[in-house]
Amino acid sequence: MVIAGNSRLLEILNLTLDLDNYLEFRMNPSDFVFFVFSFVTISSAVCVIFASSSVHSVLWLILSFISAAGLFILLNAEFLAMLLVVVYVGAVAVLFLFVVMMLNADPKKTKTKFSNFVPVGILTALVIFLELGVVFGGWRFSEELYINSVPSNFIIDDNTSSLGNILYTNYFLPFQIAGIILLVAMIGAIILTLSKRDGVKRQDVLDQIYRDPNKSVILKDIKPGQGL
Amino acid sequence: MIGLGHYLTVASILFVIGIFGIFLNRRNVIIVLMSIEIMLLSINLNMVAFSYFLGDLKGQIFSMFILTVAAAEAAIGLAILVCYFRNKGSISIESVNTMKG
Repeated sequence: MVIAGNSRLLEILNLTLDLDNYLEFRMNPSDFVFFVFSFVTISSAVCVIFASSSVHSVLWLILSFISAAGLFILLNAEFLAMLLVVVYVGAVAVLFLFVVMMLNADPKKTKTKFSNFVPVGILTALVIFLELGVVFGGWRFSEELYINSVPSNFIIDDNTSSLGNILYTNYFLPFQIAGIILLVAMIGAIILTLSKRDGVKRQDVLDQIYRDPNKSVILKDIKPGQGL
Repeated sequence: MIGLGHYLTVASILFVIGIFGIFLNRRNVIIVLMSIEIMLLSINLNMVAFSYFLGDLKGQIFSMFILTVAAAEAAIGLAILVCYFRNKGSISIESVNTMKG
């Protein structure tokens, strides 16, 4: 296992650090698909930032997510790609769209105005990009990398079933914690947006439970011929 | 031949776009939230790329957890935004000055 791991590691290192390989490559169809998807992802991410209205930004975000799902499929992560489409495009992006439509903020006020911080922003972005570049040039895989890796008997041919195999055995506790995080988010979102308005008739359960028949019903003896 | 480096380059470009988006926009909190989503997406891409090139499924598992946290974060962030819009009547970052920070 370890020996096989090391040979694989060397192979990856050669692949990564061989600059000739990095710069000169032969284009095959999957490479072409990679370039198309990454170009669409990056350019639509740029459009998210620079779009004139929030609705357009959300639509660009959806395009970015879908093409990122294409990149995931190229990396043999079909389940995550589908999860990205279902969770991000189907839930998060629609939530964004819903909030954008519901808030109905004044378009003149929310129109993109470049702030005074643009030079600082460019500087920060450049510095972080350069730092990432430095890391990219200088890193090595650790020798103990394969000690903690997933045992090969968990891996089945199918991406989805092997993910489930690992998730429900080795990572069962983190999986439950992820569920609790979602529950907390749901309760938090409900509590934050719950508002009490005056003049709306609501059911008050406690008030109903503590209602006393002796106090709420008054018996009156009405004589014939008299009113109340 | 597409290697790990190509995917890492795409992910780092996406991350930097996300950071730049936070600095760039001063009028619209929603776009800041979307920039954060782009940054999380780039981290996911990193995780999945390493998972593929190392032949280890752990990266995809953690990518799934990142997806969970991102969804929770988006829900809470948008709820706070709705609350804020109700009180202030705008979603501009410039008007978030109550604490004079």
